[in-house]
Amino acid sequence: MVKEEQEESSNRPDNTAFTQQRLPAWQPILSASIVIPMFLLIGAAFIGVGVALFITSRDIQLQELDYTGDDSEHPCFKCRTNTEKCTCSMTFSIPTLFKGPVFFYYGLTNYFQNQRKYGASKDDNQLYGDLNYFTSPSTDCDPYTRDSKNMPIVPCGALANSMFNDTFTLSHTVNGVQKIVPLDGKGIAWWTDYNIKYRNPSITPLINAFNGTKKPTNWPKPIYELDTTDVYNNGFINQDFLVWMRRAALPDFRKLYRRITHDDYAAGLPAGNYTLTIAYNYPVHSFNGKKKVVLSNVSWMGGKNDFLGIAYIVVGSMCVVMSVVMLIVYARFKFAEDV
Amino acid sequence: NLLIGKMKLPQFSFTVYANYTDKNLFEYKKNAIKTSKYNLFSFLPLNLFEQFSRLANAYFLFLLILQLIPQISAVPWFTTAVPLLIVLSVSGVKDANDDINRHKQDKQVNNRKVKVLIHGELREERWMNIQVGDIIKLESNQFVPADLLLLSSSEPLNLIYVETAELDGETNLKVKQALTVTGEMGDNMDDLSAFRGELRCEPPNNRLDKFKGTLTVDGQQHGVDNDKILLRGCTVRNTEWCFGLVIFAGSDTKLMQNSGRTTFKRTRIDQLMNILVLCIFGFLATICAIMTVGHAVWEVNEGSAFTAFLPRQSGVDIPLSSFYAFWSYVIVLNTVVPISLYVSVEMIRLGNSFFIDWDRKMYYPKKDTPAQARTTTLNEELGQIKYIFSDKTGTLTQNIMTFNKCSINGRNYVSGELCDFSGQRIEITENTERVDFSWNQLADPKFVFHDYSLLKTMKEGNLEAQAFFRLLALCHTVMPEENLPGELNYQAQSPDEDALVTAARNFGFVFRSRTPESITVMEMGRKVTYELLAVLDFNNVRKRMSVIVRDPEGRMTLYCKGADTIIYERLHPSCSKLKDITTTHLNEYAGDGLRTLALAYKDLEKSYMERWLERHHEASTAIEGREDKLDVLYEDIETDLMLLGATAVEDKLQDGVPHTIEQLAKADIKIWVLTGDKQETAENIGYSCNMLREEMEIFVVTANTANEVKEELQVAEERLLATMKANAKELYQHKTQTVPDETVNGEYGLIINGHSLAYALQEDLELELLRTACMCKTVICCRVTPLQKAMVVELVKKYKQAITLAIGDGANDVSMIKAAHIGVGISGQEGMQAVLSSDFSFAQFRYLQRLLLVHGRWSYIRMCKFLQYFFYKNFSYTLVHFWYGFFCGFSAQTVYDDWFITMYNMVYTATSVLALGLFDQDVNDRWSFRYPQLYSPGQLNTFFSKKTFVRCVMVSTYTSLVLFFIPWAAMQDSVRGDGKDVADYQSFALSTQTSLMIVVSAQQMFLDTFYWTAINQFFLWGSIAAYLAITFTFFSNGLFFVFTSSFPFIGTARNSLKQPNVWLTMFLTCLLCVLPTVAFRFLHMQLRPTITDKVRYKAREEGQPAPAPYRPPPRRVSTRRSSYAFSHSQGYGDLVTSRKFLRLK
Repeated sequence: MVKEEQEESSNRPDNTAFTQQRLPAWQPILSASIVIPMFLLIGAAFIGVGVALFITSRDIQLQELDYTGDDSEHPCFKCRTNTEKCTCSMTFSIPTLFKGPVFFYYGLTNYFQNQRKYGASKDDNQLYGDLNYFTSPSTDCDPYTRDSKNMPIVPCGALANSMFNDTFTLSHTVNGVQKIVPLDGKGIAWWTDYNIKYRNPSITPLINAFNGTKKPTNWPKPIYELDTTDVYNNGFINQDFLVWMRRAALPDFRKLYRRITHDDYAAGLPAGNYTLTIAYNYPVHSFNGKKKVVLSNVSWMGGKNDFLGIAYIVVGSMCVVMSVVMLIVYARFKFAEDV
Repeated sequence: NLLIGKMKLPQFSFTVYANYTDKNLFEYKKNAIKTSKYNLFSFLPLNLFEQFSRLANAYFLFLLILQLIPQISAVPWFTTAVPLLIVLSVSGVKDANDDINRHKQDKQVNNRKVKVLIHGELREERWMNIQVGDIIKLESNQFVPADLLLLSSSEPLNLIYVETAELDGETNLKVKQALTVTGEMGDNMDDLSAFRGELRCEPPNNRLDKFKGTLTVDGQQHGVDNDKILLRGCTVRNTEWCFGLVIFAGSDTKLMQNSGRTTFKRTRIDQLMNILVLCIFGFLATICAIMTVGHAVWEVNEGSAFTAFLPRQSGVDIPLSSFYAFWSYVIVLNTVVPISLYVSVEMIRLGNSFFIDWDRKMYYPKKDTPAQARTTTLNEELGQIKYIFSDKTGTLTQNIMTFNKCSINGRNYVSGELCDFSGQRIEITENTERVDFSWNQLADPKFVFHDYSLLKTMKEGNLEAQAFFRLLALCHTVMPEENLPGELNYQAQSPDEDALVTAARNFGFVFRSRTPESITVMEMGRKVTYELLAVLDFNNVRKRMSVIVRDPEGRMTLYCKGADTIIYERLHPSCSKLKDITTTHLNEYAGDGLRTLALAYKDLEKSYMERWLERHHEASTAIEGREDKLDVLYEDIETDLMLLGATAVEDKLQDGVPHTIEQLAKADIKIWVLTGDKQETAENIGYSCNMLREEMEIFVVTANTANEVKEELQVAEERLLATMKANAKELYQHKTQTVPDETVNGEYGLIINGHSLAYALQEDLELELLRTACMCKTVICCRVTPLQKAMVVELVKKYKQAITLAIGDGANDVSMIKAAHIGVGISGQEGMQAVLSSDFSFAQFRYLQRLLLVHGRWSYIRMCKFLQYFFYKNFSYTLVHFWYGFFCGFSAQTVYDDWFITMYNMVYTATSVLALGLFDQDVNDRWSFRYPQLYSPGQLNTFFSKKTFVRCVMVSTYTSLVLFFIPWAAMQDSVRGDGKDVADYQSFALSTQTSLMIVVSAQQMFLDTFYWTAINQFFLWGSIAAYLAITFTFFSNGLFFVFTSSFPFIGTARNSLKQPNVWLTMFLTCLLCVLPTVAFRFLHMQLRPTITDKVRYKAREEGQPAPAPYRPPPRRVSTRRSSYAFSHSQGYGDLVTSRKFLRLK
């Protein structure tokens, strides 16, 4: 017998835990001692987090101004269908100090930046400053690849072409005098977009790079003139352009326009009356869109959003209820162990 | 080369010319066998064609083409091309490997050597080179390579012995006899090579027992029947040499004609999967249609107004754009039928097959044979078997007869206790001291006996014991062979006789030699020659055999052995007391399922004997009614016998057979025995392996006409139905295609004979048969042909929605093995036919319980969990796109990043689910054996069916809703902590896909996997790590620099995964997906625990199961007469006394 074991035939399978399916293993079971406390614990934690989120969200101040001008009473009503340059202004008051830093957003609704063809209608290589794609943009940009004279458009595509071009000025009425609130347009785009994803061609002056190209058809001025005062905010790395190009996930969205961080307003907007002056250029009437301006401050968990807090509280409560139900079931039915 | 005797015989269409060298003249089949599918050049085109004829692959090719059309390509082409390429190459490699194995096997069989007569000399040739018309020489123990006409042999009367177990499962040797005209040629090479016979016969067919033809030699016609034909698959035994003429070769041989067509077997889950895939296609079409309508509506209401920002492409109006949208959504949502599904399924099956190959507990050391999964695509069906069809000889039994017990003059001698065979038995027999036969020079060393007292009795010179063994040494038809002095071999027509004569030999009565008139026996070392006066041969009516001998002192004695009932009728009244004692012994033997014989003798008076011999001579030379006259004479002399005792021969079961059958019965698997053997033998085995029991009511169907068979079946059916509840009867309707399971009270058995089965299998009776048979606990079909075996299997397959398994060892089982859903071959035997056509093979029947209860069950559970999980993960993943469609203008915008779409099925979720499908165990093997009931969910299809699929789809719909709408709600207008944008498309995509990864892994991690090995853990955490690593890599600056347009998600991971609200959203999403399932499963387990839950709980409490208490089988005393130990047919008596029979040396 012993001898036989020593001379194992090559046909005999190996005796390893793997081949014999005897690997050591952890075999968890959904037992009451784990499941019920787990539900209770998760429930408690969720309620805690939920309450914290809810309070945080509630403390965030938000001022929303719809300036679409659908209503004939609205100061911007006249601009609604106007194709010429048009300016309108709205007044609003802030009852208490609007804690800073305050963020100035513009918002659009019913606007499908997430439409597949719309979103795809751009050329990343071109936006990366690759001059080869200046002369022959990607066909993804159709029908904004070339203009009627077959000149290549830079930046090409529907996304760039439809860039939001309303501009705003905010003024604070101090003792009857309109005082302009300084708006900071720096650093409103993602760092990676500004520094990596979008680049101007390394040609100075920038305008030379755009020889033989055309500006997008809807644009009043070419991309190299977006901000002639600041080379680091011009061309493809213009912050407003970057914000626009980061397309929204949902048809109702808002995008950062400016930050209010300067001078007297660094600590926030004091209580008082304010006037918002709008250079109304962007047409939304045709597709029943809405335009709005949002002033908001933020917390550690971002902007105002009550949903998360409420959801945590609800889910947490359900977990607690469930754990009680399970406890009752376990105590009453406790499954028969006989096999 | 002359063709002699060109007479036209229109009734035979097939002609063979012996030694005709211009072989090309006729369209004969070559003897080479080809089972392989491809060669080097045809592989690529054929294999690709085959792969693309699979629905799934064709579908993905179609998708790939769709994605190349720019108007509708919603995702880049590589998302489909890369997976498709991987899939095609994996299956291609597997197919190639399978085919190489088939090539090897073909080559091995085709390259076997045989001697062929060419130009007057014998040459070694390969089997594949044999041609019709060749004359070949076969020697003892050689396989017959093709169907042959026997020409001549070394044995007297041109006889040869063949074993046909491979063909029909009958184990006794058969005799074939050549025609005298060819037999005269002997082994004269000149004569043989000059032989110009012309054989006209019926064309190749599959009837094993019939052959008709005429051989024309020198213008003379000779009839040729089945007795002169050697069939491929037979083995030549006890014959020094013989010559044969090849008549059918290769695929024309009766063996190959009988092997049935090879059908590609698909499992029930495969079929279900195909249906589901079709349903999913329908589902896909529906949701794509919904999206198309949505798209049209959106285009009318919104899109037309939005043209200032997104103008329509020229020539694309709303209907056309909707049409494009449909196909775009087909591309986006195609992942509901993931391409990796089929590959993963195959890989899991392959892995589980390897576990079968690797299992040491299915390795048989004595024959050095491991178990083998020859088909790697059927594993999970092993966990769903409902019916097992088993061969008897070589499968349930070892085909070895052992002299086990005897009763001599009222004393019972028992060789070892007949105990439970599962392991225990081996230990006892190997440890128990054997009777030492070394004093006897002529003893057979292989003979084993454990009762010393018998030897003692013999040595003491007990006269009854001596007479007992003298009878065994004299009364038989065995031929001795003593090549070297002392090296004695017996050639017996039946293994029973061999066992009995060998027993006598070891106990000192050595049958040494015989002539037609005498038998020489060494009696306790003393040589005694008996004059053989007459042999009263065995036949099925007489059920006994006698010899009349005269010893050297001149005393004449008749020795008789036979079935106990027959012998008892003929005993002298003075034996009645002994008869009673012997009867109790016989009852005990019968209870153990042993084959018994009663032995008796009678001293004859000289005057009576002389007269009798005269009459005998008259009768045996009579021309008319010879048989009847002899019978009367035999009846006359075989009276007033003196009882000597009884023998019990064990038809040795394979180890562990009764235990295995008991276990399988507990798992609610029905076992039907289909055997070519005679009824008594089959019945006896039924008793000895506990399938038939004393308390069972047994119906026997042996009728010879259709009406009688019908009557017998109906009687049985009525009897069975009477026990059923009244309302259950009406459920049964002939119209339904499936016969429902019916339960009856009490236990019943059905034994049906082959000739009755032929009628019962006809269309009008088959339902009666099936219904009756299925209500019986045990079904035994005896004397069935290979084709009938297959027909029985087909019958059950047709009307029962049940998975069948056929197990056998011989060529006669091939058709049944091929017909059943799963065929199992017993390997390690000489023949390979059964193994070659089987799906799984191993050396011992008892491994079947491990194959089914452990491997099959695990494979089934693994496959079901895998499929459920797989559909879950893909539906959850895909439906998110659907919900997003409502918010993105039905524009076929994907939710996830293109790279995530490419990697999701192939990389991120592939390995951990494979680990689940390969390593999961609900309970370990020992618990599986302890509770065979765990097997039943598989039979009932509980773990994966349409119902579970629907449930799975519902759960994944819920998951996808949570996955989409929680981030949707949480991200409305949300911004980063520094006020910047985080509600952009890319951040949304990232948080959704990360939640999906976590949900899918967590769902699997905590709920589906029961058995967490290190490998599972590694794959799971590895997948998540790989996901994060790949995501960060693909979103990194470096890749963007190199391939700017392929990696537009640059920076997304860094920007959004820093935000606590993104994490809080993902956390909420994940828990909301998982918690309801946890709660549901927990409550389900408390309220309605399944058997699996209970056993798992018990296993957790107790660790390893306590070994089942050893229960010796109940000692049964049977009033039933067991079968008598004769397994050969009549006629050998004449043969042994025939003068020509003895070799002229």
